[in-house]
Amino acid sequence: MLINCPYCGPRDLLEFTVKGEARARPDAAADLDSEASRAGFVDAVYLRDNPAGRHKEHWLHASGCQSWLVIERDTRTHEIFGASLVASDAEGAKS
Amino acid sequence: MTFSGFQLLRNALNGGTGWTPHWRKAEPKPAYDVVIVGGGGHGLATAHYLAKDFGVNNVAVIEKGWIGSGNAGRNTTIIRSNYLLPGNIPFYELGMKLWEGLEQDLNYNAMVSQRGVLNLCHSDAQRDAFARRGNAMRLHGVDAELIDREAVRGMAPYLDFDNARFPIIGGLVQRRGGTARHDAVVWGYARAADKRGVDIIENCEATGLRSEGGKIVGVETTKGFVGANRVGLSVAGNSSRVAALADMRLPIETYALQAFVTESIKPLIDCVVTFGAGHFYISQSDKGSLVFGGDLDPFPSYAQRGSLHVFSDVAENAMAVMPMLGRLRILRSWGGVMDMSMDGSPIIDATPIEGLFFNGGWCYGGFKATPAAGFCFAHLIAKGEPHQAAAPFRLDRFATGRVIDEKGVGATPNLH
Ligand SMILES: Cc1cc2nc3c(=O)[nH]c(=O)nc-3n(C[C@H](O)[C@H](O)[C@H](O)COP(=O)(O)OP(=O)(O)OC[C@H]3O[C@@H](n4cnc5c(N)ncnc54)[C@H](O)[C@@H]3O)c2cc1C
Ligand SMILES: [Zn+2]
Repeated sequence: MLINCPYCGPRDLLEFTVKGEARARPDAAADLDSEASRAGFVDAVYLRDNPAGRHKEHWLHASGCQSWLVIERDTRTHEIFGASLVASDAEGAKS
Repeated sequence: MTFSGFQLLRNALNGGTGWTPHWRKAEPKPAYDVVIVGGGGHGLATAHYLAKDFGVNNVAVIEKGWIGSGNAGRNTTIIRSNYLLPGNIPFYELGMKLWEGLEQDLNYNAMVSQRGVLNLCHSDAQRDAFARRGNAMRLHGVDAELIDREAVRGMAPYLDFDNARFPIIGGLVQRRGGTARHDAVVWGYARAADKRGVDIIENCEATGLRSEGGKIVGVETTKGFVGANRVGLSVAGNSSRVAALADMRLPIETYALQAFVTESIKPLIDCVVTFGAGHFYISQSDKGSLVFGGDLDPFPSYAQRGSLHVFSDVAENAMAVMPMLGRLRILRSWGGVMDMSMDGSPIIDATPIEGLFFNGGWCYGGFKATPAAGFCFAHLIAKGEPHQAAAPFRLDRFATGRVIDEKGVGATPNLH
């Protein structure tokens, strides 16, 4: 499996570590003790879409440039549809 | 037909012509009292106990492929109850007791073999942790023995005791643990359930869960709508996909786990051995092949095959503990998709939809749980309340903080 790091170019899978589903963090500015905020945290920490198909996830190019990436991958075939830097892809991290 | 020594002899003499199919090829009726989605070990065991112990016979098990085509037919067949936490030990020990009576209960040879499970330890700290686990087990009435290096050598002289990085200093043994023939477990439950009137419907995929006013009314399938006001989901690696049909999101991610089989050799390993310094475990099948496995692939996967780099890692673990394995050829490898829960423990619970029940999150340890999961799930579906041994396996425990974190590694499923 080759991952096309936007900074380093195509690199072997083994240079990367995966962190899982790319999702927005719960809003830390909200009233943390509210029912809604607690539900938001439970959701973010524990619940997953876990689709069979396209999946956006966070990967770290650990043995390379050390960038955090958002990668879209098909969980059935491992085909990769693109990698972008988390820093430049705030949208990617949110969706 | 009831299997017996007499039947065996009779069919040996008449050329095997007296054997009949083990279960009927059923087609769905318009409605049932209970529909179980998923014809793996758990779904079939649930149907068996519903019919046998809870008086619910009007039951269908619907399976999208053939029964046992999922993890039930892909696992490495280890059964044990050597857990640490109070939420887990009673459940797995209930399972162990059911294994011990399973073949009589099903009138089927499931090749349950209590050959013992030996966990190796490689440091003082690990030995202390094993002592704690062993004590917890004994306090719950489960057998456990902490043994020293020489006793391990007596059981498994072929291990690398003096490995510079991972010397073997002792082990924890559960002698009642062992293996069972996975396919026979599936077939035995299917046959026993079928005999009590359960319809086993293969090549029938659930494509929708129909509810009205917050109550389940049936399942849309590739063979049409099947009505039921109690539906049990038992679909292992596909849990999130099927739950999504009812708009539920689960605390589960799906990962691929591989297993490997070598060419057959003479009897060598007479128990199950697990390496304590990495993730590697091995046993020998009755055909003589060595069966082994290790870690999951590191990323979510619905592919029923694993990555080569994980195989290399498993092979390195193998060489660290049992160097003679390097001389054997691997015949086959395969993978299954695991329903990894966020705390590494399972879920057997009702859902927010009335009449819809969920059994899943078995991670890579659900084969041993087949009888107990089936029994407890049947209890829940029939009575509407959890069996005592499975009461901690709640769906809402992540929100309430009552996680059962056997390994203490938090909400990262691939670490469990
Ligand atoms: C390589 C490997 C090694 C393992 N080793 C061990 C071990 O040594 N010990 C142990 O205890 N456990 C082990 N496990 C785990 C164990 O196999 C599983 O936890 C257990 O089998 C899961 O329960 P099941 O048998 O009901 O699952 P499955 O057999 O996977 O049953 C689920 C069924 O649901 C069906 N299904 C899915 N979606 C639908 C749908 N929409 N409609 C209808 N049907 C559907 C699937 O086709 C499947 O047949 C291992 C697993 C693997 C893959
Ligand atoms: Zn890079």
